[in-house]
Amino acid sequence: MYFGGSFSRGDFLFLLSGAVTTLSITLVAVVIGTVLGVLFGLIRAGAPWWIGNTLGAVLDVFRSVPLLIQLVLFNSFNSMLKLNWPTFTVGCICLGIYASAFCTEIVRSGVGAVPQTTRRAARSLGLTWRQELTSITLPIATRIVFPSWIGLTLGVMKDTALVLWIGIVELLRSSQIVTSRVQEPLLILGITGLIYFVMSFPIARLGNQLEKKWGTQ
Amino acid sequence: MIAIENVHKQFGALHVLKGVDLSVQKGEVLSMIGGSGSGKSTMLMCINGLEGIQQGRITVDGVEVHAKATDLNKLRRRIGIVFQQWNAFPHLTVLENVTLAPRKVLGKSREEAEVIAVEQLSHVGLKEKLAVFPSRLSGGQQQRMAIARALAMSPDYMLFDEVTSALDPQLVGEVLDTMRMLSKEGMTMIVVTHEMRFAREVSDRVAFFREGRIHEIGSPDQIFENPQQPETAAFLKSI
Repeated sequence: MYFGGSFSRGDFLFLLSGAVTTLSITLVAVVIGTVLGVLFGLIRAGAPWWIGNTLGAVLDVFRSVPLLIQLVLFNSFNSMLKLNWPTFTVGCICLGIYASAFCTEIVRSGVGAVPQTTRRAARSLGLTWRQELTSITLPIATRIVFPSWIGLTLGVMKDTALVLWIGIVELLRSSQIVTSRVQEPLLILGITGLIYFVMSFPIARLGNQLEKKWGTQ
Repeated sequence: MIAIENVHKQFGALHVLKGVDLSVQKGEVLSMIGGSGSGKSTMLMCINGLEGIQQGRITVDGVEVHAKATDLNKLRRRIGIVFQQWNAFPHLTVLENVTLAPRKVLGKSREEAEVIAVEQLSHVGLKEKLAVFPSRLSGGQQQRMAIARALAMSPDYMLFDEVTSALDPQLVGEVLDTMRMLSKEGMTMIVVTHEMRFAREVSDRVAFFREGRIHEIGSPDQIFENPQQPETAAFLKSI
């Protein structure tokens, strides 16, 4: 077997396959995090204080405990309880809940920033609570918190690197594997960083575009 | 007809309305005047059920506003309200601001709603601004848009809550003109206002609120020329 040698096209493709895993985990985690975050955020913003505060306290745990610890614990529970979920699923759920804890506060602050008088004006026209929420509060809140949500998404993408600790070969793990063979850590980390950047940049740009569009309204 | 009987309203320990009796006939324009905290704005919010009441009864054309069985969303279609803060929906164009409720609440098609909206916006002089977002409008224009938005539901009653108080002085006139026009068209209106000249000119009756009650009510001539209560006279002198 040949050890050492230069960075080859095969290595690059291997890194790209890791990048696909990173993107997949990011996508699933952000979807889970956003759906739960909107749900929890609305509860935090609208439900009686004791429900909202209890939920807030539970989510604070997920926000405060390092993600790495959550991943390892959740993965251990997965084995101990014989759930036998694939590690990919474990990674996605764990990151998704972690993201939802942050997304909840984003949604809560966005809903809170919609003036009460604007909501009243909508109700006074005969809109139901649900109609008011979907036509007035959520669209306005979305515009307000969109930059924070983009920030969360970019954060989750980078946090996916931690799932290598439960055995998922994503982009960072791929780069370690390649490094151990090629022995050019700086080059490979550089390339890996570049791939992360190439994945993040369009999301950030999309955010800017939408903000600009909404800003002209 | 709007009938208000012995209405009491409390915010915690604060007793805002202490037994208000009043009835407003179809086609009438009633102005509510009085110092801040006298309960007139709160009274308005109770009429379309935006605020609950602790005691008494409010009926609109025989429908009791605060009865459990009353469908408030349905009742509100018939009662338009315009607020002090004009409350434009910032993410919608002027046209969309006005078509929203006819489409969502009355189930009209986009085309039908747009016909209504264009008509109402022309009525308040905003025909040129259909595709503009509210942030590009002046306060007076936003307030006229809010009036058109309420009118698009073809309400039987219009409530105005200090609609010119947050406007720059030079923009007050255009909004008052719009309201003047409505009163001439026979719209039933309850107007909470600090614009005494306007109240005197358009009202059929004027109610002076003091400490959560109607302290004096009568024709504009009575209230402004010949108030029967010393407090009414003192209030009018103070402003």
